[in-house]
Amino acid sequence: MHPLIREIASEQLRSDLPKFRPGDTIRVHVKVREGSRERIQVFEGVVIKRRGTGISETFTVRKISYGVGVERTFPFHTPKIDKLEVVRRGKVRRAKLYYLRNLRGKAARIKELL
Amino acid sequence: MKGILGRKLGMTQVFLEDGNVVPVTVIEAGPCVVLQVKTPQTDGYSSVQLGFADMKRPNKSLAGHAAKANTVAKRYVRELRGPLDQAYEVGQEVFADTFSAGDIVDVIGVSKGKGTAGPIKRHNQSRGPMAHGSKYHRGVGSLGSINPNRVFKGQTMAGRMGHERVTVQNLQVVRVDRERNLLLIKGAVPGPKKGYVTVRSAVKQR
Repeated sequence: MHPLIREIASEQLRSDLPKFRPGDTIRVHVKVREGSRERIQVFEGVVIKRRGTGISETFTVRKISYGVGVERTFPFHTPKIDKLEVVRRGKVRRAKLYYLRNLRGKAARIKELL
Repeated sequence: MKGILGRKLGMTQVFLEDGNVVPVTVIEAGPCVVLQVKTPQTDGYSSVQLGFADMKRPNKSLAGHAAKANTVAKRYVRELRGPLDQAYEVGQEVFADTFSAGDIVDVIGVSKGKGTAGPIKRHNQSRGPMAHGSKYHRGVGSLGSINPNRVFKGQTMAGRMGHERVTVQNLQVVRVDRERNLLLIKGAVPGPKKGYVTVRSAVKQR
């Protein structure tokens, strides 16, 4: 990578977000723009993957909303994330938790890392 | 018409104020030098000749041409034609801030060479069946009627692909960096990294 490109990318990187891994339950406070008004929306769920490096890194959060699985992928360094909290740390043995999509209810629980 | 010469550094992505991600090509644009201003009286047409990147060992004719603009010979020299936005004078330097964020531009470069390529890759032809007894897989197919007893010119066949002048029209300038002389242009731009490109204001403005 060209040093100038690395520089452009590194200017936009965020260092204020806490560390989290796949399997963790996190609460993402997203800035939502409605017309001219801006408000904060919270999306809470399990991190099922993190991919990419540097400025293009993204993570996916999965939650069950009214019985329907909802997944949302965020760029890690997006300014749209106002705040990010780690609710609980999960113990998992995979980097990509796609198997959660086929599980529901009790089976879809993740052991907490203590 | 305004323009600048530069070098493609590569691609990355940037976040806009509204938080949206935009893929951008980073171009090291300028500083360029105006080597010559052509006028209808002397040259038969009007244009501005820009030069970018110093030549290591120029011959005397190129060095002499550049000396008129008080500079050293340039590796990448291109002319800008059409009604110009501003008056240029010989020896004047052109920087990335010729353009501003939001401008619509065309980018001209030499595409990546692909070597010898078959008709499927080179001309988007379709493939034959790979199985069921078929022996026609990725060939050129029909070369036309047998009636003229020859193959017409322009028949699409296998051959050298890429490494040709390509213009990509109507790209948006996302950001301009005057200090580092960088242009961030939305989308992809022809050519390899370190390839020379010409950025000019769009000919077909929307």
